[in-house]
Amino acid sequence: MSGYLLSRSIQTVLTLLVMSVLVFAGLYLVGNPVDVLLSSTATPTERLEVIRSFGLDKPVWEQYWLFLTRALSGDLGNSFVFNQPALKLILNRMPATLELAFVALVIGLVFGIPLGVYAGLKPKSLVSKSVMTFSILGFSLPTFWIGLVMVMLFSVQLGWLPASGRGDTVPVFGVPVSLFTLDGLSHLLLPALNLALFKISLIIRLTRAGVIETMQLDFVRFARAKGLPERRIVTVHVLKNTLIPLITVIGLELGSLIAFAVVTETIFAWPGMGKLIIDAIAVLDRPVILAYLMITVVMFSVINLLVDILYSIVDPRVRLEGNS
Amino acid sequence: MAHPILSISNLNTSFRVGGEWRNVVRDVSFDIRPKETVTVVGESGSGKSVTAMSIMRLLPPASSRVTGRVDFEGKNLLDLPLDAMQSIRGNRIGMIFQEPMTSLNPVLKIGRQITEVLVQHRGMSHTEAEAEAVRLLEKVRIPSAKSRLNEYPMNFSGGMRQRVVIAIALACDPKLLIADEPTTALDVTIQAQILELIKALQEEEGMSVLFITHDMGVVAEISDRTVVMYRGEAVETGTTRQIFAGAKHPYTRALLSAVPQLGSMTGLDRPLRFPQVDMTTGGIQPVRPTADTVRRDAAPILNVDGLVTRFDIRRGFLRRTVGRIHAVEGVSLQLRQGETLSLVGESGCGKSTAGRSIIRLTDAKSGTIEIDGKNVLEAGRSQLADIRREAQMIFQDPFESLNPRIRIGDAIAEPIVIHGLADAAEAKERVAELLERVGLSASMADRFPHEFSGGQRQRVCIARALALEPKLIIADESVSALDVSVKAQVINLMLDLQEKYGLGYLFISHDMAVVERISHRVAVMYLGEIVEMGPRRAVFENPQHDYTKRLMAAVPIADPSRRQMRRISNDEIGSPFRPVDYVPPKRSYRQAGEGHFFQVA
Repeated sequence: MSGYLLSRSIQTVLTLLVMSVLVFAGLYLVGNPVDVLLSSTATPTERLEVIRSFGLDKPVWEQYWLFLTRALSGDLGNSFVFNQPALKLILNRMPATLELAFVALVIGLVFGIPLGVYAGLKPKSLVSKSVMTFSILGFSLPTFWIGLVMVMLFSVQLGWLPASGRGDTVPVFGVPVSLFTLDGLSHLLLPALNLALFKISLIIRLTRAGVIETMQLDFVRFARAKGLPERRIVTVHVLKNTLIPLITVIGLELGSLIAFAVVTETIFAWPGMGKLIIDAIAVLDRPVILAYLMITVVMFSVINLLVDILYSIVDPRVRLEGNS
Repeated sequence: MAHPILSISNLNTSFRVGGEWRNVVRDVSFDIRPKETVTVVGESGSGKSVTAMSIMRLLPPASSRVTGRVDFEGKNLLDLPLDAMQSIRGNRIGMIFQEPMTSLNPVLKIGRQITEVLVQHRGMSHTEAEAEAVRLLEKVRIPSAKSRLNEYPMNFSGGMRQRVVIAIALACDPKLLIADEPTTALDVTIQAQILELIKALQEEEGMSVLFITHDMGVVAEISDRTVVMYRGEAVETGTTRQIFAGAKHPYTRALLSAVPQLGSMTGLDRPLRFPQVDMTTGGIQPVRPTADTVRRDAAPILNVDGLVTRFDIRRGFLRRTVGRIHAVEGVSLQLRQGETLSLVGESGCGKSTAGRSIIRLTDAKSGTIEIDGKNVLEAGRSQLADIRREAQMIFQDPFESLNPRIRIGDAIAEPIVIHGLADAAEAKERVAELLERVGLSASMADRFPHEFSGGQRQRVCIARALALEPKLIIADESVSALDVSVKAQVINLMLDLQEKYGLGYLFISHDMAVVERISHRVAVMYLGEIVEMGPRRAVFENPQHDYTKRLMAAVPIADPSRRQMRRISNDEIGSPFRPVDYVPPKRSYRQAGEGHFFQVA
């Protein structure tokens, strides 16, 4: 197990290195942040001053080397725009995004799995067919459009729910959370639902396919021959087998929920990381972009690791291997 | 006569295929009396398994229809509401299936899969159920039962899994056990152990058994009465002795004559065809003896010396080799033209790997192989192509070895065209000729594989192998998946072709009775090594090595009068997995007769 963890950590560090080189080179090619940041009236002296203070006067490999050595001590550089440590900026915004993503995932699971199981058990019933039609809509309608319709309907027309912001938060272990206040919850509901819609559709389809496949297997027939009631066969024998492929996909989807909730955050003016990164890209704020992507890589690695561990718990045939 | 515990009358089962109802079981009636074993025997598609599933009402209600009566303990099972049926399944009637590998849920612990039945039907608490589960595992002779409760099915071998399945089926002391081909997927020594176990448990518990099988040997071994099914109908019912001694229905006689019986070849030197039965009269045509086809004057067509094939098992981040599967270890053999050498052994003994290594479908580690005087292991690309013209392979599954989207005519023509033996037009003529030669008609060339039955498909595979006019055919379990009557026809065809073209066969099989019929010489493999080799008569009539003896003793004999309670050892088949530093011991062989050698420990 420890060997396994070690080899996974090495993989993560390698990914981080490759990613940082790519981003560095990519941003260098795209353009000069100074052109974007400075107003056109700035004098050449001011210009040189800014360039030097950002460290952009050095050759690009030297800039990279500087970044790398500082990164090892936990310093990912200061934001060109805010002149604050990039890491701190992002970590400040992170709880809002994490909260949104987790709530969306929970909604996805709570609705997706039962509906998927039902659709898998009775594929020909009217309810199943409507569920499947809904899931096609959830897949194909663009998130931003649904988000806008939700705002129009529930906030503007009906006035039931607020359209933007996080609402009241309470600190949990020093981190502000909206989940535990009524106001916060009402702010959270629309964006989370918006984000969850695609996940619900995905989970429904995966669960349905898994259930249909598992119901054909010999051990289900044997379970029936054992005289077990259908309810137990589905909840114990079928569901656990269906979960196996689901876990991998859900893990990956959770990562993308956190990293790319940009659209939803923009529509609902949710103060999360997504908004920050979009702004940073617009002004080529390299430290923030880099720090954000590095956090994303680490997050994906950690989620994948958790998925693998969970996988080995659910499926005894999978053994985690490392050079121990 | 005792009152029957299960009575089936006028059972009819139909399936909806497309929009039509197709009747697959017609008017089947029979009784099972207390403590009696009744076997339903028949070939694939005869409706025997459907009969068993109909009794248990396990067929999908939407696409199947069952009518008639199934009386059990004063109730008609076909009329019961589902929850009443659920309290009979697994409780009053236990059932086990063919595939022990897939009957158990791979992600649930063995213990839980046993206890859930006890909790469900006998209302036990969890701790009581666990104690009872240990007792059940001990009852089916699983060693250190208690520690195995927390293991998953993957940690059990096929035979052990079938024991677990039996333990589950017997958990609530059922009055009746329905066993649907429970030993078909198992090796012959393991099959013997399981049959023995079922017989012993039946005596201990005093239950009745309904046994479904295609294997006449198994029927003779265990059943009191037998129902023969053919195309959905029960064509003959009687005591097993009666049926074996004087079957009335032509189909039963055809089935029995096609059953290869171990020991039926005693005193004969050459292979023997199976008798053919006229299905209308039931008359058996006398068999034509085979000619002596072995070319003793010419050099052997296949010469294998010291063949070794090992597979590295790698683990971990650096993919280090942690051990090796010694699949084939120091195998040497010769095969002459017109001769059949059989490689026999149980799963994992390396017989298939040996066959594949010989024509380099699997890379050998060391040794020398000569086919028609040409060195196989050192051959370059074009030389290898030439060698493969001489040596063709036929596989076990005739469906999987034909591409479903290619017309069989094209499949057979492909090797002819690739090897540049003929142009497209000539190839077409050759295909027609080949199809006729294997007993199909030339007009079938335009069909796709799914339009053929299993036996016909295997004929197509043989035609394709013959397309290059090889001198050597490696047949890897080529008849194992076929029904007995079809199996007999394909074996007869192979013998005909050998007579006509002097083919050498390397016949790889686990089926001792078929091997006895077709071989001139036999090599017995165990854990990658040949433990005994010699003329077929010598090996079968005078086996020397312990493993050969065990293998022979395990084969069910299709003759109820020769039934015996044999003492079968409960040994598992060993594993050829060895640590990295394992050095195979130097083996020495002793001679028992002319050309008959066996390994001495």
